[in-house]
Amino acid sequence: MATSNKTASLGGHAGHGDAVTRRDFLYVATAATGAVGAAAATWPLINNLNPAADTLALASIELSLKGIEVGQSITVKWRGKPVFVRRRSPEEIAKAQADDKAALPDPETDAKRVKKDKAEWLVLIGVCTHLGCVPSGQQVGSERGEFGGWFCPCHGSHYDTSGRIRKGPAPKNLEVPDYSFLDGDVLKIG
Amino acid sequence: MASTQGGPPAFNNAVVRWIDKRLPIFTFMHHEYGVFPTPRNFNYWWSFGGIAMVMLIIMIVTGIVLAMNYTPHIDFAHDSVQRIHRDVNHGWLVQYLHMNGASFFFIAVFIHIFRGLYYGSYKNPRELLWILGVTILLLMMATAFMGYVLPWGQMSFWGATVITNLFSAIPVIGPDIVTFLWGGFSVDNPTLNRFFSLHFVLPFVIVGVVVLHVAAMHVAGSNNPLGIDPKGPQDTLPFSPYYVTKDGFSLLAFLTIFAIFVFFAPDFFGEPDNYIKANPLVTPPHIVPEWYFLPFYAILRAVPDKLGGVLAMFGAIAVLYILPWLDTARVRSARFRPIYKWFFWVLVLDCFILGYCGANPPEGYFVPLSQVATLYYFFHFLILLPVLGKLERPLPLPNSIAESVLKKSAI
Repeated sequence: MATSNKTASLGGHAGHGDAVTRRDFLYVATAATGAVGAAAATWPLINNLNPAADTLALASIELSLKGIEVGQSITVKWRGKPVFVRRRSPEEIAKAQADDKAALPDPETDAKRVKKDKAEWLVLIGVCTHLGCVPSGQQVGSERGEFGGWFCPCHGSHYDTSGRIRKGPAPKNLEVPDYSFLDGDVLKIG
Repeated sequence: MASTQGGPPAFNNAVVRWIDKRLPIFTFMHHEYGVFPTPRNFNYWWSFGGIAMVMLIIMIVTGIVLAMNYTPHIDFAHDSVQRIHRDVNHGWLVQYLHMNGASFFFIAVFIHIFRGLYYGSYKNPRELLWILGVTILLLMMATAFMGYVLPWGQMSFWGATVITNLFSAIPVIGPDIVTFLWGGFSVDNPTLNRFFSLHFVLPFVIVGVVVLHVAAMHVAGSNNPLGIDPKGPQDTLPFSPYYVTKDGFSLLAFLTIFAIFVFFAPDFFGEPDNYIKANPLVTPPHIVPEWYFLPFYAILRAVPDKLGGVLAMFGAIAVLYILPWLDTARVRSARFRPIYKWFFWVLVLDCFILGYCGANPPEGYFVPLSQVATLYYFFHFLILLPVLGKLERPLPLPNSIAESVLKKSAI
């Protein structure tokens, strides 16, 4: 070990003083190539864990809204998650709009959470924004929390009739996915 | 270190001599496990390191056999575990050994950790030994969590959903990290596959850290119930046969209790909901993690803020990493720390209260109770230990281990 160090330092200094030599350049270039190569080899392994093309391809679904009565909800699966589609009653809409000015942890008006002139249709990703449980409140008679919307049983988050967080540990309102209404009462999510 | 650790022993067997000259594994074993000078005053609490090691081996052996019949796919995983139970020869036994083995591995490790807390085993010169131990605990928690997902029952699925969502509390990049962990938009087949892969490999990483943990222990030597250093051969015994026998006896007692659960109450530690196949559209009304995570789960829920709760939960482990520098007392063993001795038991009680809160829904008086218990947990490590070390007047330490032991036997 000691011998090879001596040789190396001699090589750098023999007749050249402290000036930069060809050998110094080769050392740096070799080390840099190795470092860049190692970093480049790591990235595919990391990126390998990101969602695959077929997973990403599950982009959108379409469903018919026929047969959903006022006050009813349905749950559909989109990208592996439940999506709540609720046809709200006039009282629920009025309640949601009246609460626009209440103290909201994540302030947002009800009008922003529905499509214009389609306020009776509330479309939400049914995943609690706390730690990802599915809140209850979809079935008739199920627990809806203190604000008449949804209630997450895992850690006690209460959502109102606009899907906004009102009480509990969840930081955000229930997410509204991208959706649009197609002809013939068809809802397209995604 | 002591006179028992002389030169290489004279082996009678010619093959052993031949090998040992080229690779001195027999000399190594002789030094580190044969004549290794070990304090003569160990009590049974010192058996749990060895017991934990045996549990790790049991987990690896049963796990390898289980993997031969398990199918890591969301459509087949739950059924394949049922097939192991019903159709595979002795599959029920291997699966129950593995399932309950996780609980008993944690029991052994928790006792081992609290023994270290009581007798000050984390203090100079054993800080790194302690840090390696906390790392083993973290790796065990990750491994156990991913293993619990594999049967793909309701608790598997929703436990995985809740725990992976912890990372969404990280500002800005949190949601992307969660997608990265899942390999998709929810806990799904890619998640199950990678958890199976990691659950298989992490135990071998644990073995690696255990080797370092044990190696560090063989450098510093074992602590002992008096917390004073051995001063010479009169204070120690060779590891074999004395502690091989003592640890062996403890191990048999421990494995007997383990066997009682495996054979007579195999689902005692489990959740009935996990016998229902995972359903991404229905969250069970009451999600609880496995019992060994309950105190941490209570800390998570005690803080009414998402990021705050996650930080507090990881902080509960992080304080253990810096514990050697938080405890300012020079005296190791709680036997000679009249005040700390009581606070140790308050901490034990506090951990049980946290576990009790974690097992119950976050409603009513469980909320303030878990908050008080969480505050006390951090108070113990961050405020009490630094201050108490300065204020407390320790009892006089004995002159030597031998003197103390012989005095006791004279009475």
